[in-house]
Amino acid sequence: MNRPRRICKSLSRFLLALVILFVSAGVQSSAQSNPGTLQQGQGAPQQPPRSEEGLEVLHVQGNVYMIAGAGGNITVQIGDNVIVVDSGVTDMSKEVLAAIQKLTTKHVLFIINTSDDWDHVGGNETLSKAGWALPDSGLNPIRVDTSSLLPGNLRAGASIIAHNNLLDRMSAKDSTVPAGLLPTDTYSNDDWKLYNGEAVFITHPNNAHTNGDSYVLFRKSDVISTGDIVTLESYPVINEKTGGSITGVLNALNQILDLMVPKENEEGGTYVVPGHGRVCDRNDIANYRDMVTIVRDRIQSLIRKGMTLQQVQAAKPTLDYDPLYGTTTGSWTTNMFVEAVYRELSKNEASSGPARKITKNNRKKNGGGR
Amino acid sequence: MFPANRTVSFAAVLFALSLGPLSRPAFSQAEFSGQWGQEIHEDEPERRPGPEIGDYTGLPINDAARMKADSWDPQKWEMIEHECEAMPADYAARAPGDIRVTPEVDRFTQGIIAWHSTVRIWLQERMIYMDGRPHPTRHAAHTWQGFSTGEWEADMLKVKTTHLKEGWLKRNGLPRSVNATLTEYFIRHGNYLTLVTNIEDPAYLTEPLIRSSNWILAPGDRLLPNYCLPSVHVSHPKGWVAHYLPGENKWLNEFAYKWGIPEEAVRGGAETMYPEYQEKLAKMPLPPTPSAEKK
Repeated sequence: MNRPRRICKSLSRFLLALVILFVSAGVQSSAQSNPGTLQQGQGAPQQPPRSEEGLEVLHVQGNVYMIAGAGGNITVQIGDNVIVVDSGVTDMSKEVLAAIQKLTTKHVLFIINTSDDWDHVGGNETLSKAGWALPDSGLNPIRVDTSSLLPGNLRAGASIIAHNNLLDRMSAKDSTVPAGLLPTDTYSNDDWKLYNGEAVFITHPNNAHTNGDSYVLFRKSDVISTGDIVTLESYPVINEKTGGSITGVLNALNQILDLMVPKENEEGGTYVVPGHGRVCDRNDIANYRDMVTIVRDRIQSLIRKGMTLQQVQAAKPTLDYDPLYGTTTGSWTTNMFVEAVYRELSKNEASSGPARKITKNNRKKNGGGR
Repeated sequence: MFPANRTVSFAAVLFALSLGPLSRPAFSQAEFSGQWGQEIHEDEPERRPGPEIGDYTGLPINDAARMKADSWDPQKWEMIEHECEAMPADYAARAPGDIRVTPEVDRFTQGIIAWHSTVRIWLQERMIYMDGRPHPTRHAAHTWQGFSTGEWEADMLKVKTTHLKEGWLKRNGLPRSVNATLTEYFIRHGNYLTLVTNIEDPAYLTEPLIRSSNWILAPGDRLLPNYCLPSVHVSHPKGWVAHYLPGENKWLNEFAYKWGIPEEAVRGGAETMYPEYQEKLAKMPLPPTPSAEKK
């Protein structure tokens, strides 16, 4: 009769020991995985945790990935080496680098900047330092540092490629851009071609978002990285001070559409990584182009009726698109967009002579609707 | 106290009950497999010949949706980027939409892990995942059929769909945005299948839009090849976009005039969905008849 009782007692002791073991192990692992709690007593600033888990990493197609959540969207193409289009904000650059290193063990060779916006170039230095330089090192200050020699006499310091107008602006006398973010290799013509396991076409559209934009086609993967020529979370940002124009944005959008081929039922095929927002196919880009064209036409017709900027804004020419692209707060409001378009089109109207009556024919010449 | 043999029996029953859910996968409560022929008797004028321009009656739309529809020009379908747009998941059921439904069965558990449907119009294929997988992240691409997950609510299959491409509430330019979510209830009663859809769109709707569609089981029927090859039929200048400028769409009043409905009422809005609107409607001035308009 006593034997089962003894077994029960031993069993309960064993279970108790197991529970104590699990609880203490749990406390230990919790302390290890949450170093923030250890720092609280040391007066360390309590920053919200930021890790690459906060980023959204998507496989777009072929060799191309998109990283969202670090400012502007970042495109990563993995070929013989790695090409990165735009680098996000400075504060997130370590997380971006970690996310790239999770995708591949290959090194970044080229960083291509589509514009000089802070949320597109902020990670240039971090990504460049972690990358490899071409043997004929150029202007990159990172490469001059001889302590950065890598095995095989390679140097750290990936090339930062951009249109020449971008370097001119970022390195101007009054510029406060840190040297490590500056482009190191620039092009002045309309395009530049590279190879990284597939053909890579860099194209400069004239005066679109700025006067120094580039968009990048990865030919075999069939993916285009557009930078802020396409921003699905706002109206196109037309930076007049840096040479941006709605005419240029529309020309660039139509050029990009020309490069895109959809699969069956107008879906898939060529994909676009926009400056901001989700991965797009041709139908999405066409809808965005349609929106820009329609708003342009409406503002132009109101200008031709002799309306002032205030009257045009009061007429709400963007009303039907505001739920998707509009905002009354932040750095690029709907009113700012309408004002930028109004100013540009008013100038064009003034330079093209007296106001013309809109007819079906002359609207069609301008690429507009009825 | 229970006698020992009754205690053992009770424990055995409990044990058997506890094993029950483990021993069988969760099979569906209704069978949707097969070929279904569409019944278009409901809303037939809108669904077969198509809705008339400017008919927004009984739809909970906002001013933004109204403006977008007013600007809509059917010449849009001459644009090569739009010519072959497929019917999105929320509208395919309203279009010529015979469907073929097949289950995707897990080989090991023999449970249904997804329903697969093909709809007649453009042979759009759709997956409704039943394995509890998460929806794609915010920046993933959108598609005509979106991303759908299903669960059983009694005998109804409840389906939630996100990541839809920009679509339409009606084929007269009334928009449905990419931010919309679609909730559907598939209900089978005998040889009939009813689908109740609920569209919530923060961009263009002020209230959910609920509609229903029906099919009848059609064994032996089959879908025919249906393919759209985009090509230029009417040439336009590069970058041309079909649309009407505000105030220039002369067709907007045609629907109200033709059917003698007050012009305010055809502009739609949530209010026009409810029976109470009849009282307000009775006090509204009627539009001129088409013959009076001509004079």
